[in-house]
Amino acid sequence: MTTESPAPRRTALDATHRALGATMTDFAGWDMPLRYGSEREEHVAVRTRAGLFDLSHMGEIAVTGPGAAALLDYALVGRLSAVRPGRARYTMICREDGGILDDLIVYRLTDDEYMVVANAANAQVVLDALVERAAGFPGAQVRDDREAYALIAVQGPKAPAILGRVTDADLAGLKYYAGLPGTVAGAEALIARTGYTGEDGFELFVRPADAPAVWAALTAAGADDGLVPCGLSCRDTLRLEAGMPLYGHELSTALTPFDAGLGRVVKLDKPGDFVGRKALEQAAERAAAEPPRVLVGLVAEGRRVPRAGYAVVAGGRPVGEVTSGAPSPTLGKPIAMAYVDAAHAEPGPAAATGVGVDIRGSHEPYEVVALPFYKRP
Amino acid sequence: MSNPEHLRYSKEHEWVATDDGIATVGITAHAADALGDVVFVQLPEVGDTVTAGEPCGELESTKSVSDLYAPVTGEVTAANQDVVDDPALVNSGPFQDGWLFKVRVAGESADLMSAAEYTAFTAG
Repeated sequence: MTTESPAPRRTALDATHRALGATMTDFAGWDMPLRYGSEREEHVAVRTRAGLFDLSHMGEIAVTGPGAAALLDYALVGRLSAVRPGRARYTMICREDGGILDDLIVYRLTDDEYMVVANAANAQVVLDALVERAAGFPGAQVRDDREAYALIAVQGPKAPAILGRVTDADLAGLKYYAGLPGTVAGAEALIARTGYTGEDGFELFVRPADAPAVWAALTAAGADDGLVPCGLSCRDTLRLEAGMPLYGHELSTALTPFDAGLGRVVKLDKPGDFVGRKALEQAAERAAAEPPRVLVGLVAEGRRVPRAGYAVVAGGRPVGEVTSGAPSPTLGKPIAMAYVDAAHAEPGPAAATGVGVDIRGSHEPYEVVALPFYKRP
Repeated sequence: MSNPEHLRYSKEHEWVATDDGIATVGITAHAADALGDVVFVQLPEVGDTVTAGEPCGELESTKSVSDLYAPVTGEVTAANQDVVDDPALVNSGPFQDGWLFKVRVAGESADLMSAAEYTAFTAG
């Protein structure tokens, strides 16, 4: 049998990207901008000024009704009933065996209305799981809202000033991981102070039909502050420097949140059962007693770049595996995240730890560091 | 960027300028664009013998690592230390300051293309 892969989906900003001369890439079935010019310059712009991203591939799912909070407490590992309206939470959805199906940001819009934002590649899996898990919750409705939104992010130290010029929303009163409805350039938007870059910034959920005008308004508002359009390539190096996991790299169904060093998102003390509770209680004990592998940062002492899948070695033996690696524009050196055996997870220079990465047959020395690599000043 | 008429081109996206038996080798603007920002280059060393069509170094960009192929056979007479120190030269001037190495050509070179043929090759 042969299957033809369907044509990639295009976002509402597709014509904008093409007019800007973007290099496009297929990402999770979407035709997305990889970079517009130099990905290194885009990265530096976000760290020092501001960048504009099209993230419309992300998958929005609405969970509504008087039973919405109870459903999410059961379906996800966090305690979403404790989130106040107007606030957001980073959380995960797991299988019964504790394996991570996806990591999520959940916005509580009102008492009875949540928006779950899933990774593009997992959106259907998350939607299906929520629908299935909603069976025992007649007071909750799950709705696929992927077609309802385009998502534009403005990220970087200049982001509040730039967005402030095209919205009357109270940005000063909007905390990190909070969201409020407002207008941006006259278009209705959910304005959230969230991101995936390690910088201050905002994510704007708007109607697809409004997206080109909102993008143009932000571009104009940011021109004097050095705002540039940014592609997924720099988004990846920005999140890597910030030590943020990416599903398919640091997170997978083979790992529990505890294995990924993110056990804090699992609220074992919340009342009632939730999907994966039993397995996650065991995973928590295992992680406390004898952690199998630990997620660490690696910083190159040489210039060759570690890539996902490369072996981490110590004394010539494999002791782990790189999950993400890239040249870090901020550090000026190659960096990586890797799962390594607990015995080799202590921070220290290669001369002390003997840790290296097998880069195509050559063992290059690497310093083990605590994550993140970068924290904004 | 258009491909200069006076150069010849390999299927692995190297360009070759031959002058008095010495071939200067670089990668094309098309290849540099496809790679994105080049962050590390490993070049053959002076005195090495390289063989047409075989890997002789590496180019690393943000997203990937690629082999560098020798488009001609012969002894390496120079390696561009400026590019080793500042790999961004490969992106900013692939046909000029971003040249990679020079070879004293021995015998036949690989099957190289003209600028027009290479332009058609990359459009396909």
